[in-house]
Amino acid sequence: MITPGVLKEFERRIGRENLFTDVTDRLTYSYDAAVVDPVVPAFAVQPRTSEALSWAVRLCNENLIPMTVRGAGTNLSGGTVPSSEGAVVLTNALNRIIEINEEDMFAVVEPGVVTAKLALAVESKGLFYPPDPGSQSVSTIGGNVAENAGGLRGLKYGVTRDYVMGLQFFDANGDPVKTGSKTVKCATGYNLTGLLVGSEGTLGVFDRIILKLIPLPRDRKAMVAVFNDLNHACETVAAVIAHRIIPATLEIMDNFTIRAVEASSHAGLPVDAAALLLIEVDGHPAQVEEDAEKISTLCKKFEARDIRVAKDAAEREKVWSARRGALSALAKIKPTLVLEDATVPRSKVPHMVRAIEEISRKYNISIGTFGHAGDGNLHPTILTDRRNSEEWKRVESAVSAIFDEALTLGGTLSGEHGTGIAKSCYLEKETSKATILYSKRLKSALDPNRILNPGKIIWDKTDSS
Amino acid sequence: MSEMKLLVDLMRELEDQLIVCMRCGMCQAVCPLFEQTGREADVARGKLALLTGLMNEMFKDAEGTFERLNRCLLCGSCAANCPSGVKILDIFIKARAILAGFMGLSPAKRILLRGMLSHPKFFDRLTEWGAVFQTIFTKPVNDLIGTSCSRIASPLLSDRHFVPLASRPFHRTTPELNSNPTSSKIKVLFYVGCLIDKIFPQVAEAVVKALKHHGVGIFIPPNQGCCGIPAVSSGDMKSFEKLIVHNLNAFSGTSYDYLVTACATCTSTIKKIWPVMIKGLPHINSQMEERVYEISEKSMDINEFLVNIIGVSSSTSPRDASGIPITYHDPCHLKKSLGVYQEPRALIKSNPAYRFSEMPSADWCCGLGGSFSLSYYEISSRIGKKKRENIVTNGCRVVATGCPACMLQISDMLSQSGDRVRVNHPVEIYADSLW
Repeated sequence: MITPGVLKEFERRIGRENLFTDVTDRLTYSYDAAVVDPVVPAFAVQPRTSEALSWAVRLCNENLIPMTVRGAGTNLSGGTVPSSEGAVVLTNALNRIIEINEEDMFAVVEPGVVTAKLALAVESKGLFYPPDPGSQSVSTIGGNVAENAGGLRGLKYGVTRDYVMGLQFFDANGDPVKTGSKTVKCATGYNLTGLLVGSEGTLGVFDRIILKLIPLPRDRKAMVAVFNDLNHACETVAAVIAHRIIPATLEIMDNFTIRAVEASSHAGLPVDAAALLLIEVDGHPAQVEEDAEKISTLCKKFEARDIRVAKDAAEREKVWSARRGALSALAKIKPTLVLEDATVPRSKVPHMVRAIEEISRKYNISIGTFGHAGDGNLHPTILTDRRNSEEWKRVESAVSAIFDEALTLGGTLSGEHGTGIAKSCYLEKETSKATILYSKRLKSALDPNRILNPGKIIWDKTDSS
Repeated sequence: MSEMKLLVDLMRELEDQLIVCMRCGMCQAVCPLFEQTGREADVARGKLALLTGLMNEMFKDAEGTFERLNRCLLCGSCAANCPSGVKILDIFIKARAILAGFMGLSPAKRILLRGMLSHPKFFDRLTEWGAVFQTIFTKPVNDLIGTSCSRIASPLLSDRHFVPLASRPFHRTTPELNSNPTSSKIKVLFYVGCLIDKIFPQVAEAVVKALKHHGVGIFIPPNQGCCGIPAVSSGDMKSFEKLIVHNLNAFSGTSYDYLVTACATCTSTIKKIWPVMIKGLPHINSQMEERVYEISEKSMDINEFLVNIIGVSSSTSPRDASGIPITYHDPCHLKKSLGVYQEPRALIKSNPAYRFSEMPSADWCCGLGGSFSLSYYEISSRIGKKKRENIVTNGCRVVATGCPACMLQISDMLSQSGDRVRVNHPVEIYADSLW
């Protein structure tokens, strides 16, 4: 329960200037980047020290206040949308890179460190932190770990999970829990790190994160292949993997997306092409050369009408700016953009792409598809106007159909955006009743007062506020 | 309640522009204010959410929204980097007008905008008196930068190091001019702008020198008024309209090919804000509207004019290590609003006496933001100090920038740290190379 006395206590422990109770400030913490209804929290706090963060959790627990941790609020599944009776706990003032250890190749950071800033700091020392979610220029490491964020390099380098060596987090009581270590190997205790990564703020609140770093690849080469047939592009993707080549990045863009990017950036993309593959290989220069050669041959075999290899950094930049521009180019077409991330085993990418085209026709809605073809993580992007309620119903049906298709193909509802509130009601479909029950038992054992981001991942009628 | 309804109706006009924001949050990466505070209400996404919330009647705090809306540098970094292309500045300025109309102007702004700024002749006189009396209350602190500070504790000046009012403003030395083009066959209207006229007249002298050198015909209309940015950004449409009408009259009677200014903010105001904000103003008829569009088309930054129209190019003579080290700060209103960033660099490089090198984050806002600095000097200084560090890291002896407002802020920041770095406009650097 929130009483003036409770708020006074927050003020005392966290600082008056770090507590926001004004409705105008609270409203700015009611949403994230997902297309879900906003919920205005009861207050927000911005702890500036680890101790203050611990107090925030403790006070929420003691007073039964549901709390939602928020980094940059770029979540795409509604995971940072708070409860109306709850608190938003901001981590963006906890933004110190505590250590970058070159000898042992790890970094220790606070949860509010911005992903791109860490990547840059690490690169300046010749090291590499590969996870690069689309929002990396603003997203925080804490958020990335809580969502198990992916990115363009998932195919070769994996996702955030693969780089978390250890954690220090606060449990629901605000007490510090330690898991993992700074060593490559660590076999003590339960693998709580594994449990906490992707837990979306429902099991604990990160205080310190130990991240694995790797050597920066010595060389990289980017290329673009142009296809007249979408199927051929998809088959090329499957063939590249089947030939045991693992590019750092292997992205696809369909015709709808190509036209959108060209219309907004005039980058000279072939607007009549059915699909583009954007590929980057990296590693030892000799390997890069050989892989690039092999990929070119495969593209030709699958009737790519044109293959362009970036000759220098500027040309490489052009390739990736076209890809990075995809989402924004699509966003400019209609007011509402629903970005999905249903993921299938990569051999099933051709099936999935065809199914999305079919769904787009059936429900008569615009869907641009681009994404990480190499790891099966496509981004069917629905363009609509949420104010048009008739069309919005069709959009909801189409989203449901996309999920069904992904599950039929042996895939998952979400490759990298998380479950949040947007997908929680579909989770049982992907898993089983027992899975939900098991998760619920786990949750209530670790968070008996249901204060840690309730209503996310495992949906419950009692959670709806 | 009925008043609230009226506000909601007015806000509805912004709906089609507001709905474009998809709350992706990418504006957080580039907002100089958000970088300092980490508060969502300080970044564009938060402000757009507030305006949307007000429109959808999610809450009713118009006053709180207005206050947060005004806590913005209007630097346009968010708009320039917005993936969805939300017209953030248009929305913010229109919303300020709506909310100011609803709530009324603060008494201080009323005196400043309605009483002084919108009466150009009176404003000129006032600043001339100010120039006479300022020496009594202020003392010089940095001879190289030319800054002063207050002799006595003053709430208005606080601990600023400011460049004082010029003893002879430009409109005193050159009240008007109307010369015909020679070699270039081009005639320009030179719009001086308040800060250059009253604080940096040497920049205007440099503009005239450069234009004459290239045989450009110059029309300097007498009695020019302010471009209106302080008024329109405060939501004071009455003063804004008055200034536009005043300037339309002042600019008439002589034909010209371009309207040039050496002030990034004046150029972007005339070019971008005039055409958007004149719609629906009661005293602007269709003929005046046409003229505003025409003037907007013809308006051009002086760097852009000299490089792209006249064809000034970088010096070919080698710049050895003995050249004076110089760097450049991108004014937001020049790079982000108008896309002009190569031209001023080209202009600087055209002077062989200087050796140019980039500073880190040259296009990060200096933190002034016009009246933002008056209301939030502490945050404005924190942003400014970051700029100062980047300038000092560069090791330059001169920092050039294409906007007198940035010149003021950078002078303040450098002077406070006791740095020996001169602050110039690129056109001064260029004019120095001319005989």
